[in-house]
Amino acid sequence: MPREEIKPWLRTRFFPHIWCPGCGHGIILHAILRSLVDLGKSREETVIASGIGCSSRMPGYINANTVHTTHGRSLGFATGIKLANPSLTVIDVMGDGDCTAIGGNHFIHACRRNIDITAIVMNNNIYGMTGGQASPTTPVGARATTAPYGAIDTPFDICRLAEGAGASYVARATIAQPVLCEQYIKRGIQKKGFSVVEIMTHCHTQFGRRNKRPNPVDNLNFFKDNSVPKAKAKEMTEEEKKGKIIIGEFVDREAQEYTEAYLKLIERVRG
Amino acid sequence: MPSNLKFWQGNMAIAHGGIAAGCRFFGGYPITPSSEIAEVMAEELPKLNGRFIQMEDEIAGIAATIGASIAGYKAMTATSGPGFSLKQENLGLAYMAEIPIVVIDVMRGGPSTGLPTRVSQQDVMQARWGTHGDHGTIAYSPSSVQECYELTIEAFNMAERFRQPVLVMSDEVIGHMREKVVVPQPGSYPILDRKKPKVSPEEFIPYLADPEDDIPPMASFGDGYRWHVTGLTHNDWGFPTNEPEEIGKKHLRLVRKVDRFRDDIVKYDLEQTEDAEILVFSYGCVARSAVRAVREARAKGIKVGHFRPITLWPFPDKELIRVGSQVKKVIVPELNCGQMVSEVRIALGAKAEIIPSNLVNGEILRPHEILATIEEVA
Repeated sequence: MPREEIKPWLRTRFFPHIWCPGCGHGIILHAILRSLVDLGKSREETVIASGIGCSSRMPGYINANTVHTTHGRSLGFATGIKLANPSLTVIDVMGDGDCTAIGGNHFIHACRRNIDITAIVMNNNIYGMTGGQASPTTPVGARATTAPYGAIDTPFDICRLAEGAGASYVARATIAQPVLCEQYIKRGIQKKGFSVVEIMTHCHTQFGRRNKRPNPVDNLNFFKDNSVPKAKAKEMTEEEKKGKIIIGEFVDREAQEYTEAYLKLIERVRG
Repeated sequence: MPSNLKFWQGNMAIAHGGIAAGCRFFGGYPITPSSEIAEVMAEELPKLNGRFIQMEDEIAGIAATIGASIAGYKAMTATSGPGFSLKQENLGLAYMAEIPIVVIDVMRGGPSTGLPTRVSQQDVMQARWGTHGDHGTIAYSPSSVQECYELTIEAFNMAERFRQPVLVMSDEVIGHMREKVVVPQPGSYPILDRKKPKVSPEEFIPYLADPEDDIPPMASFGDGYRWHVTGLTHNDWGFPTNEPEEIGKKHLRLVRKVDRFRDDIVKYDLEQTEDAEILVFSYGCVARSAVRAVREARAKGIKVGHFRPITLWPFPDKELIRVGSQVKKVIVPELNCGQMVSEVRIALGAKAEIIPSNLVNGEILRPHEILATIEEVA
């Protein structure tokens, strides 16, 4: 059951939500709301942006300033909002297709620009809303409606992509570790710069059914059994790491944040 | 030279016009022949505590612009053909979510990469129907550098009033031509700002339109209200709906809010139309040549006049019908294979012979060429 303090953050007027019973997105929504409450954020000063997909419906259920945009483009909108009003806390919630396929360019440039936005990527390895098509994070060999004989293309590692592109904070957890999810989201929000928190979640309806994990519990167990902390992964061979989900914080660095740099530029120009 | 006299390019005048209108945010991406607008904004906006950002592509350029408007800024982006194509999806979101922005298209030859440095008027139908779905369109066509300045101010005013994107359809010739501009004194022209909610945040229903104008007051992110913005068809609460009644209400209002006030928006210019038997209808850079051709033809005793739509959309159909009631022939020169001529045909085709005159080789139509057409049909 949700904590009392998060209830004012829910737009119950907009319920029932569209997610399937047992969907992992609710665990992530709860973790985000606990983070915002614990960090003392106000609903009026918080912006949640999203693109298109099941996970992108999340902002509708959050009683803050919320913007549900076009597929893959939410970081462009979020960038405009943040640059216009840097005092706002801006969180961008995305799915794997939204973030790394159609929105891939916006994602790497938001990392490069290091603008103070927290991207929460809900990676369920599939396009769920449109009926189970392969995404850029569908594992090789996994079945999807557009990969009926198994996916053959190499998936993205979202955290390595974010690290390479210049994000200030990068971490990964799964919905089987809700406390860790909350901890990483909090650190991402607190970090001055672009933060990426990848949360492995499941779509039992569209991915699980075709890949021998048809029930939510199968997926939670899969995440529990296959999550490997970063420190432990260092001691494992490439062969041993195959099929495992490495969780932990991968990047935590200080770098010039974009809106601060722009405000300094204004000061310099205006003298 | 007095300080209110400038010798500007059309693109510079658009940038300065935007600033005069209160634009303090520009999100853009380089593209010929519009880049000077972004360059002026990059230089000027920080001086005014405004924001300029060069985004990773045209799509993100308009996305950031819409985002800034949601956060309370008057915001603008500028582009040309290929970029205008890329912006169409997010332009649709701004129509649906009713976010005021100004989009400049400095038209070049198409389709595709086409003619980056050469003029055309090939995007005028894209301005009307480029994004998918119904919506009211407001699009201006400047014919001079002075108009680039004034119509950009007007575009911002209409965007703020009607809570939707407004387009300025400039072209390569107007954009790169230098002319004298008389910069009007601030305060000598109206500046409109979006309606703000009068109710408390608790009572705020974000898409509840005022019956007198069909426009819902708009809060900004960060000003104490909380609301939901979406490109999905939504109800008064801004929440996605599949209820036929709510869908129809929203959809029809998007079109009606412009239709109802088209008389306030429509602008046009006439040249010697009172006794005209031949009418030349043209806009943008072509109108400069056409007006001169009309004057020369008048000197030769030909009863010809000129109709220049300043708003391409809403199309000045009523005005054209009124002016053209005695007209027998209408010449429509355009730098495309015939786009606005369809609208002229709808307005006057039953009464007058409509004569398209099209040039699509990257050149401008010259006065003597239009004069030759007038003499031919006279």
